[in-house]
Amino acid sequence: MAEAVIEKEAFVLPENLADRGSHYCPGCHHGIAHRLVAECLSELGLVDNTICVSSIGCSVFIYNYILMDTIEAPHGRAPAVATGVKRARKDKFVFTYQGDGDLASIGLAESVHCANRGEKISVVFVNNTVYGMTGGQMAPTTMIGQKTTTCPGGRCEDREGSPMKMAELMASLGGTAYSARVATNNMKNIVAAKKAVMKAFRCQTEGRGFGFVELLSACPTNWRMSPVAANERVEKEMIPYFPLGTYKDFE
Amino acid sequence: MSAARDGERIFIKGNEAVAHGALAAGCRCYFGYPITPQNDIPELLSSLIPEAGGEFVQAESEVAAANMLLGSAACGVRAFTSSSSPGISLMQEAISYMAGSELPGVIVNMVRGGPGLGDIGPSQGDYFQAVKGGGHGDYRLFVLAPATCQEAYDHMIEAFHLAFKYRNPVMVLGDAILGQMKEPVTAWTPRLGDSLSHDDTEGAEWRLEGSANRPARLLKSLHLEEGALATHNKKLVAKYKEMEQEVRAEECLCEDAELIVAAFGSIGRIVKSTVRHLRDKGHKVGLFRPITLFPFPTARLEAMAVEGKRFLTIEHNTGQMVEDVRLAIRHHADSAFHGCMPGDLPSPDDFVHPILNVLEGK
Ligand SMILES: Cc1ncc(C[n+]2csc(CCOP(=O)(O)OP(=O)(O)O)c2C)c(N)n1
Ligand code: SF4
Repeated sequence: MAEAVIEKEAFVLPENLADRGSHYCPGCHHGIAHRLVAECLSELGLVDNTICVSSIGCSVFIYNYILMDTIEAPHGRAPAVATGVKRARKDKFVFTYQGDGDLASIGLAESVHCANRGEKISVVFVNNTVYGMTGGQMAPTTMIGQKTTTCPGGRCEDREGSPMKMAELMASLGGTAYSARVATNNMKNIVAAKKAVMKAFRCQTEGRGFGFVELLSACPTNWRMSPVAANERVEKEMIPYFPLGTYKDFE
Repeated sequence: MSAARDGERIFIKGNEAVAHGALAAGCRCYFGYPITPQNDIPELLSSLIPEAGGEFVQAESEVAAANMLLGSAACGVRAFTSSSSPGISLMQEAISYMAGSELPGVIVNMVRGGPGLGDIGPSQGDYFQAVKGGGHGDYRLFVLAPATCQEAYDHMIEAFHLAFKYRNPVMVLGDAILGQMKEPVTAWTPRLGDSLSHDDTEGAEWRLEGSANRPARLLKSLHLEEGALATHNKKLVAKYKEMEQEVRAEECLCEDAELIVAAFGSIGRIVKSTVRHLRDKGHKVGLFRPITLFPFPTARLEAMAVEGKRFLTIEHNTGQMVEDVRLAIRHHADSAFHGCMPGDLPSPDDFVHPILNVLEGK
């Protein structure tokens, strides 16, 4: 007699995550990041009370997956838009979802000042070291030696500066209550990532201030790598330069 | 200074009138960044708005201020920002997004001389930017041009009303003269139930507030699906057409005038003094002062052209509104133009000869 097989559902679709195919490339981490956000909002009971500020980049369509009231912000301006939302509706949970081009380049001023003012919002920052949507140009987080379409010989520190460490930068600001860097390249890291997203969100629900979480993610398409190789790159190249950890905490 | 009471007569600057008018209109969020000649607005609101239970944020830039406005507007809350020319240029991206996402917000531009850093003196050099779109894409703002401190107050109340009625950004276009000039203003608040008043249900059918008991809402300007942008833009065009019912202009001594002088805002007011003075001397001139610069009072101007009147446009720039005047009357007449240079402060006397020259066909 065959042994009884006990099936356990490993993934339950969170109530606010749409049951639909994804437009992201195979191996892209935006889908993982969306799921983490959706699960945390759901577990914190925030689904009905949240306003999402979507940004520019591959993730602009977050509103097709996370079913919540959403406003689309211009490139880089999500923290300013979120400030306006939160000031207008203090009773709402407000978060932005931004890529590295969005947050660290064009929107650096908005990011830094929003954090420094201690706006009670949460920022989910997906760092894939490249501009995904526009076809793989250099980002402020592009690593030294990394080839992109606008630094074809590899990023050169002398010419282009060094990759910006946003979690550390945000932690240095007075209004930031929580800042952490996590990765989404393997299960262990994803579990830790969820804890960090949860905490960044609790920062707001508990009225502690600005919460920031950086997710080291893969963009296999623009890295010209297979999804598996991309995950390895996160581990071997990114994590050593962008150390995982909590840079500021409220507890 | 504290918030004005209804019926109270207050002696204030145009900038202060803007702030008081916004409060009376129920504005509860202000975002701005300092720039002369409009600093009285944020300075006053930094205490008045919090006192009224609202939010004041000195943003890190005009870029951020306009995007904060976009965020508040998405919540259906009455919010505004103010600046002067270079700052308004920085706001254009967000204003375009607001137009595209159909969000109601008010932007005040107390214009100064340009281009570039120019100077802090008065100018009407931002007419094109205000009425022709200003930012990227194919859109229009509602543009109101106050000429007195009382109008600055009143126009703020109207601006919020129009912004929500049409779900469109509205610009109040003043200048350094209006902003810095001081005169008596009668404070008033739209009464509940008035067409200009608002209530807690404003924007309830579209505003973002969390999706409890209904499907999620999305406010966006991105339309990638085949034909979606065309459909959206057609809807916007229809809206801009509908706005024409709000068109307004002041006519002074126009009825039997041979020459109509078209001028807006502060210059319109200065020209009014010149026109009155010339009338006293028996010259048949009248003033036509567009109050809505978009939509432009085209039909009224054309009707006057049909009657055989002649036209002169006077502006505090090198020739901008004159294009709209000419467009309005083009089948029947033309308009002469007299411009005073941005940054200078003209007096009624400066316009006597330019008007007489056209009147006498010189
Ligand atoms: C003002 C402005 N400049 C440029 C762009 C073009 N643009 C769209 S997405 C993008 C980069 C996005 O990169 P990132 O934030 O890293 O997101 P990703 O696509 O990698 O997820 C750029 C430059 C734009 N939309 N707006
Ligand atoms: S281009 Fe990169 S970031 Fe964009 S969907 Fe593809 S893998 Fe993801």
